[in-house]
Amino acid sequence: MSKLVKIIAGLVLLCSMVTAAMATPVDTYEFKSVENQKRGLALANELRCPQCQNQNLIDSNSPVARDLRLEVFKMVDEGKNDDEIIEFMTSRYGEFVLYKPKMESKTYILWLGPVALLLFGLLIGFVFVRKQRINGNSAAELSAEDQQALDALLKRDTK
Amino acid sequence: MKKLVLFIPLVIFLVMGVFLYKGLFLNPQKLDSALEGKPIPAFQLERLESANEMITNEQLKGKVSLLNVWATWCPSCKYEHPFLVMLKRQNILPIYGINYRDERVPALEELKRQGDPYHINIFDKDGRLGLDLGVYGAPESFIVDHKGIIRYRYAGPIDQRIWSETLYPMIKQLQDEAAKDGAA
Repeated sequence: MSKLVKIIAGLVLLCSMVTAAMATPVDTYEFKSVENQKRGLALANELRCPQCQNQNLIDSNSPVARDLRLEVFKMVDEGKNDDEIIEFMTSRYGEFVLYKPKMESKTYILWLGPVALLLFGLLIGFVFVRKQRINGNSAAELSAEDQQALDALLKRDTK
Repeated sequence: MKKLVLFIPLVIFLVMGVFLYKGLFLNPQKLDSALEGKPIPAFQLERLESANEMITNEQLKGKVSLLNVWATWCPSCKYEHPFLVMLKRQNILPIYGINYRDERVPALEELKRQGDPYHINIFDKDGRLGLDLGVYGAPESFIVDHKGIIRYRYAGPIDQRIWSETLYPMIKQLQDEAAKDGAA
């Protein structure tokens, strides 16, 4: 009996959590089509709220984010393409609002830095391994005495 | 030569250290304005004092001016307000107000109570002009030159320090430029 109660309680909790997660503040806007809705939401997800800064336009409750979100949705319904909408945002709030910054001289270090670090790491690794291998080979040469002792040990083992 | 190679990690560490140390002193709340060097966005909005009078961007040209975004719901604007009133008395440059996402009646009451520092007050009820200006909070102020080009944006309340250290020298320089243009 108590098990059943627990299961039901669990289900209720799960349902409430799912609906809470889905309760984005977007509900008020009606898109002209499902494709527009998908594109609008995707765009708003990629744009940063200039006020709260660590949230995108969908997650944020700030009035600025609400305005910008609706502006983006309207532009999608008007048939503007992604580049035009991003241009609208960056001309007002700067590159900052893009979670994916454009590739340009200012952002080379962002885009290429990790690749450069990886290559540098691989280079160091490669040099290190090569060095180890060369050292390893030279250490394998034994002196005549050592060789004799080794032979003696091996013969004893085979007996 | 081989010894030098050993110093590479130290060099990398120092470069990253300097980079990150500088980062400690950046203010992430301060965004560069994308509008510096661009003209004031075109608009046509009601004057705060009367719904029948329209103000357009053309009316803000001609003189170096300060464009101040404010609202009654914004506590920092209340802090900034007495300073603006004092500036108005000094008569250095016209201050244009943008009453941002606000209600007309309380805004007018506030000005009556605290003094009105604004030459013209623009009523931006739904925040469209604010959006075009890239405003993300209030107060924000823009220094606009005599041709109507935005030259500087300051986010946050203006006080004596920011005024005398940054804004006033810039305004002085722009006014000199304007005077030269007027003479030519």
